[in-house]
Amino acid sequence: MKSDAARKTQTICLYVLLVLGAAMFLAPFLWMVSTSLKPLNETMSIPPRWIPSEFLWENYPEAIDEMRFFWRYLGNTLFLCVMTVIGTVCSSAVAAYGFSRIEWRGRDKVFILVLATMMIPFPVVMVPIYTLFKIIGWTGTFKPLWVPTFFAGAFNVFLLRQFFLTLPKELSEAARIDGCNEFQIFWHVIMPLARPAIIVVALFQFMATWNDFIGPLIYLNDQQDMTLALGLQSYQSQGGGTSWNYLMAASTLIVLPVIVLYFFCQRYFVEGIATTGGKG
Amino acid sequence: MTGREKRNLRLGLLFISPWLTGFLLMSLYPLVSSFALSFTDYSTLSKPVFIGGENYADMAVDKLFWQSIWNTAYFAAISIPLNLGIALFLAILLNFDLPGKKIFRTIYFLPSLVPMVCLAVLWQWMLNGRIGLINNALRPFTDFLNGAFGTNFMPPNWLADPAYAKLGLILAGAWGVGNMVVIFLAGLQDVPRALYEAADLDGANFWQKTRHVTLPIISPVIYFNGIMSLIGSFQVFAVPYVMTGGGEGPGRSMLFAATYIFNKTFRSLSMGYACAISLVLFLIILGLTLAATKLSERHIHYEGK
Repeated sequence: MKSDAARKTQTICLYVLLVLGAAMFLAPFLWMVSTSLKPLNETMSIPPRWIPSEFLWENYPEAIDEMRFFWRYLGNTLFLCVMTVIGTVCSSAVAAYGFSRIEWRGRDKVFILVLATMMIPFPVVMVPIYTLFKIIGWTGTFKPLWVPTFFAGAFNVFLLRQFFLTLPKELSEAARIDGCNEFQIFWHVIMPLARPAIIVVALFQFMATWNDFIGPLIYLNDQQDMTLALGLQSYQSQGGGTSWNYLMAASTLIVLPVIVLYFFCQRYFVEGIATTGGKG
Repeated sequence: MTGREKRNLRLGLLFISPWLTGFLLMSLYPLVSSFALSFTDYSTLSKPVFIGGENYADMAVDKLFWQSIWNTAYFAAISIPLNLGIALFLAILLNFDLPGKKIFRTIYFLPSLVPMVCLAVLWQWMLNGRIGLINNALRPFTDFLNGAFGTNFMPPNWLADPAYAKLGLILAGAWGVGNMVVIFLAGLQDVPRALYEAADLDGANFWQKTRHVTLPIISPVIYFNGIMSLIGSFQVFAVPYVMTGGGEGPGRSMLFAATYIFNKTFRSLSMGYACAISLVLFLIILGLTLAATKLSERHIHYEGK
């Protein structure tokens, strides 16, 4: 058995490691915010200054002006977030119900197909999907970015199915005896119970849309139609490449909502990610 | 089939129909179509023309293709074990029952929330050769070495240097391991306490417990994280794209397989060729996943399964 002294040294060592690591993980965030508040010449000072000599809060409105369509980008991004969250939640919940709460022949074999589609790399299907959207005239519009979410992505179906399987069968049977049909059971019994899992799926989809880069890059042509992520990249590559204070201010503005969302929904994030790791 | 079975089959198919439609339109059709197009000369401007295996023959002698595969393999070979190692190490640290562990868990997780474009822009700034934070932190070490041993070490120019660009990208990626840490932590919390107690009675120290209890029990989680990062890192695209301003990096050091497919599709409009490359990439990922599965079969320990 360990002595008290040994235990104390162990605790101290652990804290030293944790604090060092935490400093390394936090430093880029602090550096981002610090840079975003500096005058341009101070961003280049050697050795670096962590605390700006004066806090230039006006860098933020100026960065927004520099990006030209910042508010449009925000509107576009929010529109896509809303549409993709609705699409994903509705379609994956229905599909996951079919994969978990109804017994039908071949169900589990088909479910293996669901899992298999997660393995397909996007570049492999990129050309045909792009061509398909081009033929029906959807390139240059938002549709290719949200309509597909109404077709239940494999990952979300998997996540919800795992949750639906944990709900006792007796719930459905009792409702069936009361004369509910399958849709009523889905809507009135299962969905209310699945709220935590639905929130996880909605959060993940929101994040995915907020962060998506390659989708908007491929399908959007007009400067005004861009999303925040694409708009930031476009601003940076078109001459904003050296105004690091503005770039960091813009980055902070795009990161901040995600961080705030995390602090409000911490539990769902952690449980959702843990479930994907095979906890279900 | 009884009437009830028939009814259930119809209902089941009805419920999964959104997925089924998506599967046919967004997975199966594109996969088949991609395969077919890989034997053609095709740009969206014209109809595909069948050219047999020419795309594949071209690939064999296409220096850029091989460079993109080399860059991708190099990136994956370093970043996968590095990220797994860091994530597992952090998860083990965070699994100790210490006051304040919640705060540390949050700190380590936060970077994985950062959108990829922001991550790329931020790390371009961090990795700036002259005024970047990383080199400002490294400079005292190189100065010390140079002073002590008369050497001439310099912090690297990261993204502007073909030899270091990918390492810079790997470093930026390692900052976002928080997702993996959360998955590892969930695995660690599932290890039955009784096993540690039994090991304590046998006088096992911390390393022995980690090696003979923790690692075997969480081996399925290590496998899961490994496969996920394998699939992810072979498709690396957004971060290097942003870091290079949509280019290929110095000396094409940031030309990855997905970058090359993207350029072939949308810049040179050689879509047939792009499809052929993408299928080869798919086969590589599939082959490595199967190999990893086979290799790990002996080492993975499934509790009660």
